Amino acid sequence: MSVDPHANVELPAALAAKEVEITTFPEELKAECDAIRGRYETPRAALMPILWAFQRRFGYVSQEMERVIAAELEIPVIWVRETVTFYTMYNQRPVGSHHVQVCGNLSCSLCGAKETLAMISEELGIGVGETTADGRFTLSVVQCLAACEEAPVMQVNDRYYGRLDRARVREIFGGMG
Amino acid sequence: MSAPKLLSANFGSEVSFHLDHYLERGGYEQARRVLAEMAPEAVIDQVKQAKLRGCGGAGFPTGMKWSFIPKGGAKPVYLAVNADEGEPGTFKDKYLLTYEPHMLLEGMLICAKAVGCHKAYIYVRGEFDLPIARMEGAVAEAYDRGYLGPDVMGSGFAFDVVVHRGGGAYICGEETALLESLEGKPGHPRLKPPFPALVGLNGCPTVINNVETLALVPHLLRLGAGAFLDLGVPTQGGTKLYCVSGQVNRPGIFEASPSVTLRQLIDDYAGGVRGGAKLKAVIPGGLSAPVLKPDELDTEASFEGLKQVGSMLGSAGLIVMDESVCMVEAMRTITQFYAHESCGQCTPCREGTGWLRRIVERILAGHGRAEDTDNLDSIARKITGTTICPLGDAAAWPVMGFVEKFRDEFEYYCRTGHSRVSGARVAG
Repeated sequence: MSVDPHANVELPAALAAKEVEITTFPEELKAECDAIRGRYETPRAALMPILWAFQRRFGYVSQEMERVIAAELEIPVIWVRETVTFYTMYNQRPVGSHHVQVCGNLSCSLCGAKETLAMISEELGIGVGETTADGRFTLSVVQCLAACEEAPVMQVNDRYYGRLDRARVREIFGGMG
Repeated sequence: MSAPKLLSANFGSEVSFHLDHYLERGGYEQARRVLAEMAPEAVIDQVKQAKLRGCGGAGFPTGMKWSFIPKGGAKPVYLAVNADEGEPGTFKDKYLLTYEPHMLLEGMLICAKAVGCHKAYIYVRGEFDLPIARMEGAVAEAYDRGYLGPDVMGSGFAFDVVVHRGGGAYICGEETALLESLEGKPGHPRLKPPFPALVGLNGCPTVINNVETLALVPHLLRLGAGAFLDLGVPTQGGTKLYCVSGQVNRPGIFEASPSVTLRQLIDDYAGGVRGGAKLKAVIPGGLSAPVLKPDELDTEASFEGLKQVGSMLGSAGLIVMDESVCMVEAMRTITQFYAHESCGQCTPCREGTGWLRRIVERILAGHGRAEDTDNLDSIARKITGTTICPLGDAAAWPVMGFVEKFRDEFEYYCRTGHSRVSGARVAG
């Protein structure tokens, strides 16, 4: 059920185009990074918020970025690597502009999550773990989003959408760029 | 249905999360009083007398937890707020962060004074974008207006708060995994002892409390310990937030006295089973809590009440299932979850959760063996008590509960290769 969006398969062209090359710490993130470091007692503790800053800016955290972050924080690269790979929300490769994450846990299942997922998959024309050819949508199944009162639920990027049916899903996707 | 709405009166409001709105409602008055005139021991004493219990799942007495922090030590004391709400079926802290962030901050201030802490982290699950934005907004407002910072409300007491975004890992709701994560590491739980009260964040004494627990603290002090205790049951003071989801007419969040029964929560608060169908089973306290049958619904939904029927209040997430549910199929969703979320540190949990998942999938595919029902129970029992953290137990209890209460359904599926409920084979 759970799907690794980072599986080691060739990146579709639309996503490959979103890859960026980072060899030095990006100037535009320096101020934010310094502010983050000021809030934590150790450089290592600043790692997760800095990873979030990179993901907000670039859409994912590449292995190059991991090295750049490690150098900046003066911590071993493995410390960055193990944290990036432990948590499910850090994208290790680019994902679609709209990352559709459908909950498959119990409360949503009891309210038709399986059928909802099949319907969304049909609407987007892709399977779980896949991205549309235009690079707009990536489809994943996720664990409980803590929105069981609105089951069945999905998260698209930062936003939650509940009580999903076909009409609502079409309206949501139709309104997206 | 007469319990006052201490926590939930403003859920859904467009304005309640602003500092001014909170101040108009008497906000920060208890923190002001505590900082100005109450001794730490007096605060802890009130919390103990009020029988406030931790709302994250374990129900540990909050006052006792605070009293474990050493007094006058050389090391700084930290407060870590657990807002990593991840127990399936639970969605209460999301509402508090979104609509009452200042109530949480006031509770944190009171706790800080009681344990001598000057720095806190609020660990919020990474998916909670709006709740994080609301919490960060509230923290910024509080700094601007002197409710946080080097001199809180002119008391001379310094208190800093950082909102920390998680990365997506159920295990980080476990308190020591949360601390590891706050240090920037993978969320691998720590062996206890030493307990976080002595060796916590950065090796320093640390209090870890759930959002709801801390949000109740200002009310506890406003009402007084006696009146607060009277709202609850003799073993658990105050009101409680209940999350009801699954096959009910009005899923949602409800605040009630812990003297409420499961039946009242389902029928009176959540509008009964959807479509008037017959109830089959209830998971009363988040996915980890052992399942209950309809004849156990008159149980009091308190920590002690649910313990007495072999289950637990946990995070107070009720998941309601009607007669159409195949328990073997429901078990698959549950076993998949724990197999996915096991951090992999302890062998019984790492391997056992995978075995449980594969056996359930084998049964569903029609390849169940005669001994598989017993296998599930036996593997689950061998996980319990053998792991560093309670995730192993949390994975095992639902399996043990399902097999105990619905054994015939599992045996039927193993024997015939299809569901007794739907008559179909739930493959794939």
